[in-house]
Amino acid sequence: MARGQVPLMLRVSTWIPYFWLALFFLVPFVIVLKVSLSETAIAMPPYRPAFSGLDQVFEKIGQFSVDNYVWLTEDALYFNAYISSIRIAFFSTLITLIIGYPLAYAVARASSSLRPLLLMMVILPFWTSFLIRVYAWIGILKQEGLLNQLLLWLGVISEPLGILNTDVAVYIGIVYSYLPFMVLPLYAALERMDRSLLEAAADLGAPPVMSFWQITLPLSLPGIIAGSLLVFIPAVGEFVIPDLLGGSTTLMIGKTLWVEFFSNRDWPVASAAAIILLLVLVVPIVLFQNAQSKVREAGG
Amino acid sequence: MNRNLSPFNIVSLVAGFAFLYLPIVLLIIYSFNESRLVTVWGGFSTKWYAEMLNNDGLRHAAWVTARLAFLSATIATIFGTLAAVTLVRRNRFRGRTLFSGLVYAPIVMPEVITGLSLLLLFVAIGLNRGFITVLIAHITFSMCFVAVVVQSRLLTFDRSLEEAAMDLGATPSKAFFAVTLPVILPAVIAGWMLAFTLSLDDLVIASFTTGPGSTTLPMKIYSQVRLGVTPEINAVCTILVALVTLGVLAASIIGKYRVTETR
Repeated sequence: MARGQVPLMLRVSTWIPYFWLALFFLVPFVIVLKVSLSETAIAMPPYRPAFSGLDQVFEKIGQFSVDNYVWLTEDALYFNAYISSIRIAFFSTLITLIIGYPLAYAVARASSSLRPLLLMMVILPFWTSFLIRVYAWIGILKQEGLLNQLLLWLGVISEPLGILNTDVAVYIGIVYSYLPFMVLPLYAALERMDRSLLEAAADLGAPPVMSFWQITLPLSLPGIIAGSLLVFIPAVGEFVIPDLLGGSTTLMIGKTLWVEFFSNRDWPVASAAAIILLLVLVVPIVLFQNAQSKVREAGG
Repeated sequence: MNRNLSPFNIVSLVAGFAFLYLPIVLLIIYSFNESRLVTVWGGFSTKWYAEMLNNDGLRHAAWVTARLAFLSATIATIFGTLAAVTLVRRNRFRGRTLFSGLVYAPIVMPEVITGLSLLLLFVAIGLNRGFITVLIAHITFSMCFVAVVVQSRLLTFDRSLEEAAMDLGATPSKAFFAVTLPVILPAVIAGWMLAFTLSLDDLVIASFTTGPGSTTLPMKIYSQVRLGVTPEINAVCTILVALVTLGVLAASIIGKYRVTETR
């Protein structure tokens, strides 16, 4: 292709998605930032008069107010919601890793005729509705649910356990929902691994446990990082799982934001909460992008 | 090379897949339960499926969701493929960094933020919330997933094929449609399916951006689930799971067929 001459089609293929994403992703984001900085009093419903057109949006940019952010830092509910979201997301990521690793390892070791089927079985739940998969757990975990019936029948417990509407149920929900996100990158890393390294280690007398810690685990580190971030990032902002499985004491920021928006109808505070949520996620997102580009450079 | 599975591997596979599948299997079984008490087995019955079909609210929501998923997936596939072509083929243009940022960011953005920000935009420009606004929202986040899927296929595409076509006198666009597109088509179809299921599944973004009369199926399911587990919802979920499973199986068979064909 001649230098400096970009075909018309290629230019069009840039501008259509560019324009669309700028209008429906970038601009809304700027508006959230703006609303988060606006006065709660003017922007509370009735909301429209203060914010009827884009010109007014930009007119008001001069009148920044950090009140909503100050309010958020002063309100213990929000602070606790952020901390508790990060804690729940962190520990569920860890549990997902512990459950996902042996599964990914076994899939990677399966014979090449069996592997496509096993991979398909990992991917299939990922395509199934998130809401349905979370809903399925309600019938299992509730007081008169299937798990309690089973445990009572086995005689393990004498009274039904109250699991639904607790943090435990939220952990189960997150681990269950995001397990495929963990297994797939782990599998990709483990499958790429050069198996002769393990043979060499065995020839040199290393016991399997030692070669796992010394070879397999370090080589699968990119998969561990990618998988963990793929679980952690969406789990922090999760709404459906804490809302359906968690209880009144389960604090997660996605749910708090939802309540602030739909029940309290305080849009500026909800916007400020969204901006802070994003700031919390910037570090893991940047880490993820870096890890991904490293994988791309290494593996092509 | 020892490719045999150790007992530990087999236990991991069985336990892992039991964990992944048991809840869904139980949900399907209990959708055929005679009893209204979802966790007490009262005998086999398909009455909840009949009840589901007679529920006007559910039927309307299903129709909204079907149209929404089809339209948003189709438009998102076109936009996403264009974005993928840009990402792979144009290494230097003004705003390239911003462009790739705009493509990747919606994928990692928490849904509550995407929903909230789009709603604020629609309020700001005075667009009434309804089918169109959810459609815009779904196109926006699905196209980014399509772009990533198609991009990974385009990266491995041998450009000399396209250049050969142009040497033989094809215009760049003719070369793209006649040579490149057929080769990347499986990825484009996979992207469409991903966009379709993303739209079918979405609860959070739709709740923010929809208006009266355009309640989607996930919103309907969600509002009923909040009132408690019912066999009727189990039936709806079973149908959805069956549709998605059939779709994924069909896609993988088509994919296999195409791979063997091109080899």
